[in-house]
Amino acid sequence: MKMSRCLALLLGAVMLVSMFGCQAASRNQIMAASASQVELRNYQSRRFETENKEKTLRTVISTLQDLGFIIDKADMVLGSVSGTKLGGYSLRMTVTVRPKAQNQMLVRANAQYNITAVEDPEPYQQFFASLEKSMFLTAHMDE
Amino acid sequence: MFRKSAAVTLILVMLSGCTAAKVPKQALDLSPEDISNKQLQTKFFETTDEKMILSASAGLLQDLGFNLDESCPDLGLVTCSKNRSAVVTGQVVGAVVVAILFGVAVPIDKEQKIRASLVTRPVGEKSDRVAVRLTIQRVVWNDRNMVSKAETVNDPQIYQEFFNKLAQSIFLEAHDI
Repeated sequence: MKMSRCLALLLGAVMLVSMFGCQAASRNQIMAASASQVELRNYQSRRFETENKEKTLRTVISTLQDLGFIIDKADMVLGSVSGTKLGGYSLRMTVTVRPKAQNQMLVRANAQYNITAVEDPEPYQQFFASLEKSMFLTAHMDE
Repeated sequence: MFRKSAAVTLILVMLSGCTAAKVPKQALDLSPEDISNKQLQTKFFETTDEKMILSASAGLLQDLGFNLDESCPDLGLVTCSKNRSAVVTGQVVGAVVVAILFGVAVPIDKEQKIRASLVTRPVGEKSDRVAVRLTIQRVVWNDRNMVSKAETVNDPQIYQEFFNKLAQSIFLEAHDI
């Protein structure tokens, strides 16, 4: 009898902690970042050999559209594009294009799946694989 | 015994609520379906005047009752949305029948937000054509204020109708009517 009461108390305590754990952490989400910022930037970014920012942005837009995203916003000055894909889930992606070295553009993507940040390398690899294909195609179509 | 296992299950559910779900593999993979959707959603116009095409498109979207949310003419983008009723007679009748037979209230669709995003892009070797691509999504809420659908609209008829109207609208714009 005593033993089971102890156990019940313990379970109750764990339940409370797990509840508070979630609640206290919810404000921490504002500044939350993944453990390794360097690693995250690394697989969210690719360099492309081009100096044409506009063409890169337009290719990003059409790649996102090809993947079933609808474009929410785009800005030429900031070089940013945001899109959302819906299919029973919500996948939101922001891609920025910045001139890096001479004749190079740095493309960076970050994504949100429902209510979590995507910190898995694979989705980014898939996105950049599609982007690379269309960058190659447009480069060879127009030049 | 039952209570204990229930408590353990509850804890597991609470803890797992904090962990992340993964992006489905096919979400960022280019499928043959994506390519056929692209054809459906795209129409080409023989002109070099991208801005004219964009403003004709914006005008048509307004004709269809959309409100413009964002635009970026430099990149050929217009996004817009409209909130409308999502009540479908068949669903309401079904819900009433279920309520009468089983005494259970079934949620029915109530409201929807339709979002359309239109992108223009010069194509061709001399950039003498403009590709217009429209994509549409909608989110539906039921009468309990829960999202019942979040989907991309890929109905060929809708896109055909839009592009027929756009061709007219571009003609009017070109002739200043």
